[in-house]
Amino acid sequence: MTQLALVIDLNVCVGCHACVTSCKEWNTSGSAGPLCDENPYGADPTGTFFNRVQTFEIGQYPNSETLHFPKSCLHCEDPPCVPVCPTGASYKRKEDGIVLVDYDKCIGCKYCTWACPYGAREFDEKAKVMKKCTLCVDRIYDQSLDEIDRKPSCVKACPTSARLFGDVHDPESEISKAIREDGGYALMPEWGTHPANHYLPRRKTKLKIHNDELERADNPLKVDGLLPKPNKNDPSMDDVSAW
Amino acid sequence: MKPAYSVIFLTTLIGAGQGLFLALFTQQSYALFGQLPMQEDGFYGYGSVLVLLLLCGGLVASFFHLGHPERAWRTATQWRTSWLSREVIVLPAFMGVVFLYATTHLLGWRPVLITLPSGLEIDLSIALGVAGTLLAFTLFICTAMIYACLRFLREWNSPLTVINYILLGGASGFTLATAFAAVIAPLQANFFGGWAIIITLLAFVGRSASLFRNSRLKPISTIQTAIGIKHPQIVQRSKGAMGGTFNTREFFHGKSEKFMRRIKPGFILFSFMLPLLLLFLGLSSASALLLGGAFIVQYSGLLAERWFFFAEAKHPQNHYYQGKA
Repeated sequence: MTQLALVIDLNVCVGCHACVTSCKEWNTSGSAGPLCDENPYGADPTGTFFNRVQTFEIGQYPNSETLHFPKSCLHCEDPPCVPVCPTGASYKRKEDGIVLVDYDKCIGCKYCTWACPYGAREFDEKAKVMKKCTLCVDRIYDQSLDEIDRKPSCVKACPTSARLFGDVHDPESEISKAIREDGGYALMPEWGTHPANHYLPRRKTKLKIHNDELERADNPLKVDGLLPKPNKNDPSMDDVSAW
Repeated sequence: MKPAYSVIFLTTLIGAGQGLFLALFTQQSYALFGQLPMQEDGFYGYGSVLVLLLLCGGLVASFFHLGHPERAWRTATQWRTSWLSREVIVLPAFMGVVFLYATTHLLGWRPVLITLPSGLEIDLSIALGVAGTLLAFTLFICTAMIYACLRFLREWNSPLTVINYILLGGASGFTLATAFAAVIAPLQANFFGGWAIIITLLAFVGRSASLFRNSRLKPISTIQTAIGIKHPQIVQRSKGAMGGTFNTREFFHGKSEKFMRRIKPGFILFSFMLPLLLLFLGLSSASALLLGGAFIVQYSGLLAERWFFFAEAKHPQNHYYQGKA
């Protein structure tokens, strides 16, 4: 059974909000209607977003790190928001595990947001229905797009490839490998919601160079001379390289 | 959580309505077995009309909570999984039964359905009363379970939530019944008043127990589990939005710590202490005015109690917006 999901690599996220804006652009332009904003150019702008990037400071200066933390609906395998919906507007697709809201059935009672521990759903104050990340369901199956473009908008937009997309149930998928090999984890595992989306932790990449590695190991007697001077007729660097 | 006035009025109004119906039928049950004098049909009939008014008030209030009230009929479809859906089915069913109960009394049409071997005659109004009683309790359970079933809202996720909805609704309903009886059938006021005092005392115990429990809750989710970083010191620097979001509006009550500390003794005073005093004084002086005052004071106390009930719950999503809290 397929369970589509995102894996977000916190090690490379730079907090540029490109995923936020491209998500908003794609999802506000679709046939489901706009993601409404209020006061967009006023003093107190607010609006509906599927995806937000938050920033946390970890530790105390100077031993601190800045963590940019993108969060959207985690498409839980056992979504607590679905059974509480009184109208059946909230549902989880069997074929690919995406959790969706049928905007035509939603009565806007907001009960599902109470049942979601992650705050992943946002009420659209103008459309008066609940909205949430669709994993760009109107994009990933669109045969009119090139195959390389059949990915969620946020994934396409990320300049550092911090967002990976795939089937978390397929052990050979890119995201399953990333979760397996780079210590992928789920948010708030204590509630047993089994989020499909995973996060890759911050990792220190260090290269330790020993002094003996700075010298050629195969030149123990240090008899290397200077390279022979090139012939004046040989091609120069400018002739062989574009740079 | 941010308390929604629509839900506060819904739960308190229907709670009082259910309690009043239970009070009326309790009296009729006593009378059936000869423990109390059976009252005129008008007593039960007009009392049930009052119940219907309270239930209608709650129903109207609930519609203000919906973004699309015209689609409200859809809420009856998911009764297999959703307590909210179950409440939406049980509330009209209860209203229907109360309407029929009121009609049988007001029209004086109470055909005997069966005669028990002891010679006790069970008429239509008794059958409807039993059905209404069952539905009243089912409705209490459905309403409370809407909140009690949310396992990560730990202030609500307790059997005390269900017990308190029943007791608080019952207390206000019996207090109202006392005032109603003081006007229509003064001889019955002591019966209702006695039960009102007992249920108010029980409700005080139940609510105190939940306050005690909630004050000692240790959070299960922390900012560490919320973002998966195991460091003791994490501070939010940006919430990902400038002017607030649905998440900052819906899940924070926005009142000061001082306000929260003050409202607690306030609702205890108005929901339990003052009504008990007024009930005692009203019954001993047979004053309908004091008994009516007892209900008004208790109802206003319960509004504050319900506000606190919602505001007290700390949603785990707030960890992602700790910059706000």
